[in-house]
Amino acid sequence: MNPRTNPKHSQKNPFRIALAGNPNTGKSTLFNALTGLRQHTGNWPGKTVIHAEGSYQYDGDAYTVIDLPGTYSLYSNSADEEVARDCIIFEKPDVTVVVLDATAMERNMNLALQVLEMADRVVLCINLMDEAKKKGIYINEKSLSKKLGVPVVKTSARNRDGLDRLQKVIQEMAYGRTKTNPYRIRYSDELEEKISALEESVTSTFGDRLPARWVALRLLDGDQSLIDSLHQRIELHRKEVHNHGVDESLYPVEA
Amino acid sequence: MSQSSIIPLTEGLPGQRIRIHHMTLEGTMRRRLLDLGFVPGSEVKVLQRSPLGDPVAFRVIHTTIALRKEESSQIFGEIIGGEYHESTH
Ligand SMILES: Nc1nc2c(ncn2[C@@H]2O[C@H](COP(=O)(O)OP(=O)(O)O)[C@@H](O)[C@H]2O)c(=O)[nH]1
Ligand SMILES: [Mg+2]
Repeated sequence: MNPRTNPKHSQKNPFRIALAGNPNTGKSTLFNALTGLRQHTGNWPGKTVIHAEGSYQYDGDAYTVIDLPGTYSLYSNSADEEVARDCIIFEKPDVTVVVLDATAMERNMNLALQVLEMADRVVLCINLMDEAKKKGIYINEKSLSKKLGVPVVKTSARNRDGLDRLQKVIQEMAYGRTKTNPYRIRYSDELEEKISALEESVTSTFGDRLPARWVALRLLDGDQSLIDSLHQRIELHRKEVHNHGVDESLYPVEA
Repeated sequence: MSQSSIIPLTEGLPGQRIRIHHMTLEGTMRRRLLDLGFVPGSEVKVLQRSPLGDPVAFRVIHTTIALRKEESSQIFGEIIGGEYHESTH
């Protein structure tokens, strides 16, 4: 389930970790706790959305952390959601960590399930565990992890509780040593037939550069914003190849 | 439950609990409302109406969300409980 590893990571080429999550789940707190002062902010290319990136060292390896904009979804087409979606789909972080609010699991699950449909290398970080305890909320992370097919780690980022374990789990996944089986919703037979057909043409166009099933689902949903993003990426790539002869990012196979 | 008990959310009264049945919205707005928790089968509570009845506040998965008539008139559900309480302010 983890076909892609990053064999070239080094101090100069760190593992890339993206933090996704609803607003107010403690993403920035976690980002700060992980990266300390080793961070910088700017804008995402061509967007007014803030881009925060930082780094940390763990067990001899360098990690870059990207604090994605907080969103409830990746499908509603705000600039924030486009940035988060494009990062997960096109930049393919070595690990995407979904940060959830332990006191609002139901609401947070929408985004978590969306990310599970988009990527294989996902860790769920259930934050604000101290708040949950105060409210008498118990979370069975083993059972959750089994049902969702990815590692689940509980943290209280503000108290730095659970961060060691989170870093360890991220390391294991970054090295491609964690087998995942992300939960994917199964739709009606009629829909599944259409998904399969589209999935095939997506694969023949993009190879394994994009998650074919997910792209097929978004096409069926008529997601114009994703279609625009795909076109942009293809154009960008053509220019790059033309100017520098680079040939490694996203573009259709037959181009 | 008979079909006649299905009402648009615009007709919900403060205090009533309504189970979402279907939506006639399309496109991005439909998606946005699904993301907010207006999902068929889920329960919402009518909180209060502003003086002119627009917008109306709803409680959905522990969060308060105000919808304009434009949207709430296109979300349908059945009343499953709660009484009408005169808003105190
Ligand atoms: N009690 C508690 N509060 C936290 C924790 N993590 C973050 N917070 C607080 O939650 C609020 C939102 O955190 P922030 O990092 O800005 O969330 P973001 O919107 O996801 O980036 C802030 O007031 C944080 O101090 C935690 O583990 N426990
Ligand atoms: Mg933040």
